[in-house]
Amino acid sequence: MHDAAEPILRVENLHTWFFTDGGVVRAVDGVSFTLHPGETLGIVGESGSGKSVTAKSIIRLLDEPARIVEGTISFRGRDMVHLSDEALREIRGAEIAMVFQDPMTSLNPVLRIGRQLVETMTAHRRFGAKAARERGVTLLRRMGMATPERAMNGWPHRFSGGMRQRVMLAMGFANEPTLLIADEPTTALDVTIQAQILDLLRELNADLGTAVILISHDLGVIADVCSRVLVMYAGEVVEEGAPEDLLSDPRHPYTWALLHAAPRLDQANDGDRRLTTIEGQPPDARDWPAGCRFRARCPFAVAKCVEHPDLLPIGEDRAARCWVTQDGATLRPPTHARAVGEARTATGVQPLLEVRALAKHFELPRDSFLEPHRILRAVDGVDFDVFPGETVGLVGESGCGKSTLARVVMRLTEPTEGRIVFDGQDITHMSQAAIRPLRRRMQMIFQDPYGSLNPRMMVGEILSGPLRLHGLVPAGGARERVRELLDLVGLPPAAAARFPHEFSGGQRQRISIARALAVEPGFIIGDEPISALDVNIQAQIINLMIGLQERLGLTYLFIAHDLAVVRHISDRIVVLYLGRVVETAPSQELFARPLHPYTNSLISAVPVPDPHLARRRRRIALQGEVPNAVDPPSGCRFRTRCPAAATRCAEETPSLTQAAPGHFVACHFPGSVTVV
Amino acid sequence: MSGVETALLAATVESGTGARRRRWLRRYGLAALGGVVIAIWAIAAILAPWIAPYPPDVVNVAGRLLPPSDLHWLGTDVLGRDVFTRVLYGARTSLAVGFIVVLLGALFGTLLGAIAAYIRGWAEEALMRATDLVFCFPPIILAMAIAAALGIGTRNTVIAMLVVWWPKFARLARSLVIGQRSAEYVAAAQAIGFGPSHILFRQIIPNAVGPLVVLVTLDLGNAILVFAGLSFLGLGVVPPTAEWGSMVSEGRELVNQWWVATFPGLAILSVVIGFNFVGDGIRDWLDPHARRR
Repeated sequence: MHDAAEPILRVENLHTWFFTDGGVVRAVDGVSFTLHPGETLGIVGESGSGKSVTAKSIIRLLDEPARIVEGTISFRGRDMVHLSDEALREIRGAEIAMVFQDPMTSLNPVLRIGRQLVETMTAHRRFGAKAARERGVTLLRRMGMATPERAMNGWPHRFSGGMRQRVMLAMGFANEPTLLIADEPTTALDVTIQAQILDLLRELNADLGTAVILISHDLGVIADVCSRVLVMYAGEVVEEGAPEDLLSDPRHPYTWALLHAAPRLDQANDGDRRLTTIEGQPPDARDWPAGCRFRARCPFAVAKCVEHPDLLPIGEDRAARCWVTQDGATLRPPTHARAVGEARTATGVQPLLEVRALAKHFELPRDSFLEPHRILRAVDGVDFDVFPGETVGLVGESGCGKSTLARVVMRLTEPTEGRIVFDGQDITHMSQAAIRPLRRRMQMIFQDPYGSLNPRMMVGEILSGPLRLHGLVPAGGARERVRELLDLVGLPPAAAARFPHEFSGGQRQRISIARALAVEPGFIIGDEPISALDVNIQAQIINLMIGLQERLGLTYLFIAHDLAVVRHISDRIVVLYLGRVVETAPSQELFARPLHPYTNSLISAVPVPDPHLARRRRRIALQGEVPNAVDPPSGCRFRTRCPAAATRCAEETPSLTQAAPGHFVACHFPGSVTVV
Repeated sequence: MSGVETALLAATVESGTGARRRRWLRRYGLAALGGVVIAIWAIAAILAPWIAPYPPDVVNVAGRLLPPSDLHWLGTDVLGRDVFTRVLYGARTSLAVGFIVVLLGALFGTLLGAIAAYIRGWAEEALMRATDLVFCFPPIILAMAIAAALGIGTRNTVIAMLVVWWPKFARLARSLVIGQRSAEYVAAAQAIGFGPSHILFRQIIPNAVGPLVVLVTLDLGNAILVFAGLSFLGLGVVPPTAEWGSMVSEGRELVNQWWVATFPGLAILSVVIGFNFVGDGIRDWLDPHARRR
């Protein structure tokens, strides 16, 4: 359909390499693609696949030791590889704009929003200062800012991540570029905010005709926005095509693996909780394997794969780099061993963990000496139970208090009010010395695989420390137990003698899990244990956690913001909003019949990697952002964003009441907003 | 030959031993030079009794203020003592005092700062106000006042210097510990049940030593300089002990006998610069950004 127009961007055989002391990192190793005016192209791949470097190569945002060693990039007839720095500056920000992943660092903190926006425009001399200012206001309004005039005078730190990303988009579109490159623009944002930004991106593309290159690791996000997709693996494009084809009938095993590794909201899990994963790690970019680079991990590999395949067309408008599918073969969907799915939530048993009216308030520094301290109500009256052997999922957007809740339950932070009962013992105000024996029975896995392991300790020390502290091994027996623990999480015994920085994110998370398991706990709190990992690694860790639960009879409290993951792993789900529980129900029930408007909007905001379904699905657009927990709204805390809010919601706080057996909801009008 | 092959070839050439040595020299050449200078002084200080041509304290009025010659390489001073000998012996005092002041100051300061940062509350507040108090005065003036009050002598001067020395380490250690304390590995250690002293000393402090080591190295030269300054002002060592600062002081009015003040001055200069080079090198080595992996 876009054959008529000349492509605006043509990348051919691009090689961008990093010449480091440790060797030549061949990050981008032969990438070719074209982009037509107004087209939306998605680039997917895991970290290290070369997708960001490809994008940066286009506008030559490359620092030493990175160099484009071969290939051509032609943008509207200009040779971007050999363009002078001055000519390049003319193009950057004017004809090609870029939006980065981290909205927290991509705005200059010491300059007002308005000034940064105006400078973007005046730098290219297309607008005078006054005209630029007016246009800035218009742009911010177009990006969905409620009070653009005030926003112009604001400082970046006053804005949330979502708002900053809107500002970044306004800057991106300021000079009416021909091409916008967005590098993981929504990865750092909550699902509801992500949905808003993606809607905006789609509208802007339609209204202004700006071509978009969207880089993401999330197939759902790509399917939502893009009309064509490139899948990258090991510095190469392995598959290219329309999302409809790619996602319903992948022709490269890596695309296939990406598609099946992530749990999906649109597919019910029927008993088997294990996800499809591919073995191993991506190859080392300093030494790509000969032949097909995916061969070592590929479940479909054949003898011919020792030869390096080319990206060849298969069928209409699509191409794949695979010998197996070259002759039109399809990749069969994974078959699951159907395990009998029984609800593991026991009834009539004493709960392992009882949380009652739990609150954690933080005192903030006062603005002036005369004012009282302001109170941040991070957790404000939360009740829930965890029964032995089950997995309870705790979901909510950032700032809802879920991590604080985990730390209070672990007694890493002192609770302000309420009661925590662990296995019949009230631990709410127990001293740290008294609680020490109990730490053997409850453990925690942390979010950040880089921060949660002490960088100065070897893995062996990290794992044997807990054993010695609790006197779990006889003198000299620690080594044997460390080996067992490493084996339990699928790491070789040699790992004990290495430091954390020698491992990848997924491997570190395995070490973190091994450390938690060292004291043989019965109850484990996972505080977003997979959020920082690539999709396939996420699936590996989920499978590991499920396997360990079955073998060791563990009970999990699993905290996450990814609804699909939570639904996949949990027996029961607790939905948190601004420090309060808004809904709790068995997992299947919650997704089949969500009653709270917030739960409904969360579910509707999750992108689904199926373009047909994505277009059919109704999205409940939530207005605005989560209010500040220092001064939460009166009555129902969700009312400021709720499509069904009435006057009663402001006056009366809804209490958590039972709507169906095991299904509790805190809403005056349950079920009034639905997606299902 | 395609572009890829050319690039690979270029990379092979670049990573050759010669290029690697050049890169290393560019990055750590000065640090290595500093290390050599320090090592020479350290050896000279240790071996002074054996390598010095004359005894350091014997007065020889007949041979006073002789210019540098074959007999007296660096000349003699007002009392006819060999300047070369005294510079060698002076290295013993200067280096010893520098190490003692900085290491003890670092030890006290780090302990206080780290503990205060870990327990927070009033302890931290009290410590920080105490450091403010010391920082109110120019260090050398405060050290002079304390040294003068305690009386002249190497030991008293070291005590005076320690009083002004610990706060900078306390400040640095405090900010490093605060930075580490919110890391998740600390929460993980708490969750396992480790007590506060284990967490602080076995987990946090090993992660904070890098910048402290850099400060120690950069500060050694500084301490030697301040001690020489105090000696120059007559507060450091008791005569006739050989010490660079007091030697410069003795020669300061002898304009025509330039060698009396110049050589001990050059000794101070070389040691201070040596420590600074080494400190910079360590900092670059510990800083992943400067290291550019």
